[in-house]
Amino acid sequence: MNNNFVKGSWQEILDWAQNKSINMLHYCTGCGAIELPPTMTSRYDMSRFGIGPAATPRQADLLLVTGYLSTKTLRRLVYTYEQMQAPKFVVGFGSCTINGGMYWDSYNTIKQLDKYLPVEMYIAGCMPRPEAILDGLLKLKKMIADGEADGYQRYEENKDFYHQNQEAVLGEVQRTQ
Amino acid sequence: MIDLIYKIGHFLLITIFTMALGLLFMGIARKIVARIQKRYGPPIYQPYLDVLKLFGKNAITHGFIFDFGAVMALGGVITTLFFIPLGSWQLYSMEGTVLLIIYLLAVASLGMAMGTVGSGNPQASVGISRALTQMLGYELPYLVILFALIFRYQTSSIWGLMQAQAGSFLNWNLFAYPLMALVAFVVLIGMMGKKPFDAMIAPSEIGSGPVVESGGKYLGMLLLQKSITIIIELALYVNLFLGGADNIFSFSFKMLIVWVLATMFGSLFPRFRIEDGVKFFWKWPLGIAILQALYIII
Repeated sequence: MNNNFVKGSWQEILDWAQNKSINMLHYCTGCGAIELPPTMTSRYDMSRFGIGPAATPRQADLLLVTGYLSTKTLRRLVYTYEQMQAPKFVVGFGSCTINGGMYWDSYNTIKQLDKYLPVEMYIAGCMPRPEAILDGLLKLKKMIADGEADGYQRYEENKDFYHQNQEAVLGEVQRTQ
Repeated sequence: MIDLIYKIGHFLLITIFTMALGLLFMGIARKIVARIQKRYGPPIYQPYLDVLKLFGKNAITHGFIFDFGAVMALGGVITTLFFIPLGSWQLYSMEGTVLLIIYLLAVASLGMAMGTVGSGNPQASVGISRALTQMLGYELPYLVILFALIFRYQTSSIWGLMQAQAGSFLNWNLFAYPLMALVAFVVLIGMMGKKPFDAMIAPSEIGSGPVVESGGKYLGMLLLQKSITIIIELALYVNLFLGGADNIFSFSFKMLIVWVLATMFGSLFPRFRIEDGVKFFWKWPLGIAILQALYIII
């Protein structure tokens, strides 16, 4: 009981630190990438909320998927996600990640990102403006602080579901750790 | 026995203080860079939150050599702290500490190199080879300066060199030998890997270089290592050129001034390619250092 209490409080402290300091890896294959430079630089400075860019997947906490994913880039996205370290979050960006957007009948893009990776939240729009991105990321910060952003746990629990969906599109997927 | 316990306590105090001060300096630097770029910038305490977060994350290892490299990098800089006078705080003072510190800082770099070998990532290898090449560049002018100072004051302990500048502020090497202080400032920027000489980390080019495979706790450890390294390099500059200080507060203040200036210079320049950086070090700083050394010797 006492031990659980200590563990819970420590987890709350870590959640608090995590929500104040997020390193973002932006996976920029879609067109939404063009909205990120203004969000990071002097016009809408996102670093005042403690969100900054990360150089590599190992150092990142947040994977921002900016726009459509062809089956070829989905493979790289899965590899990238599996290289990230445990408290990790995925945010879908733009309508392409929700329902395919303008690529809904394309032959080689995926339509729902949620079937392949555990998405915490979406930022809707085609494309969302920097204000919308900041709004979305602030909501993500709140979710992390409340301990609601548990995508990496869902990924572990429903491993079979996600792996099955990935393999249905990609064929064989090389599992890294 | 009491003496030993006292020394260990003193040492732990210095280590923790140095880490805290280094992280604070990093936060101040991020704020200054943000203001220069017309941004608001993260809060000053951001690096503390980063470290706390990183130690709360999971981390995977790439084998024993990878772990050992990270520990060696952190251990190397903590050992260096033994021999640096911080204000009136100093554990060991003896002849030859100036040269000893150059060796001990190299241990930290070699620890990083070992970690990158363990990770097996080609970008990390590129980064660390650039870091070691750059070391070759800046250590030559630095050694010329150090030998000139040792020759001038006939002592090779940092404490002795600091005492030699006591009295008026006009005795400071900054005013006595301004060219040398300028060269040492450029070398300091190179040592800290700030902007014109940051080819070894280059986040957009080789994905932050030596730390490319370090995530979570490893990155937290390397962040602490970086914070101590910053303080060591600044303390070296303050002791050699700004006459040290009697207490830790005025010493920290002098370090802060040097750090703010270095950050400002760093945020103004684009990045040197590695061979251009080494060429630059061997052309201008080395030339000026040799001129000043000749002036001192003759």
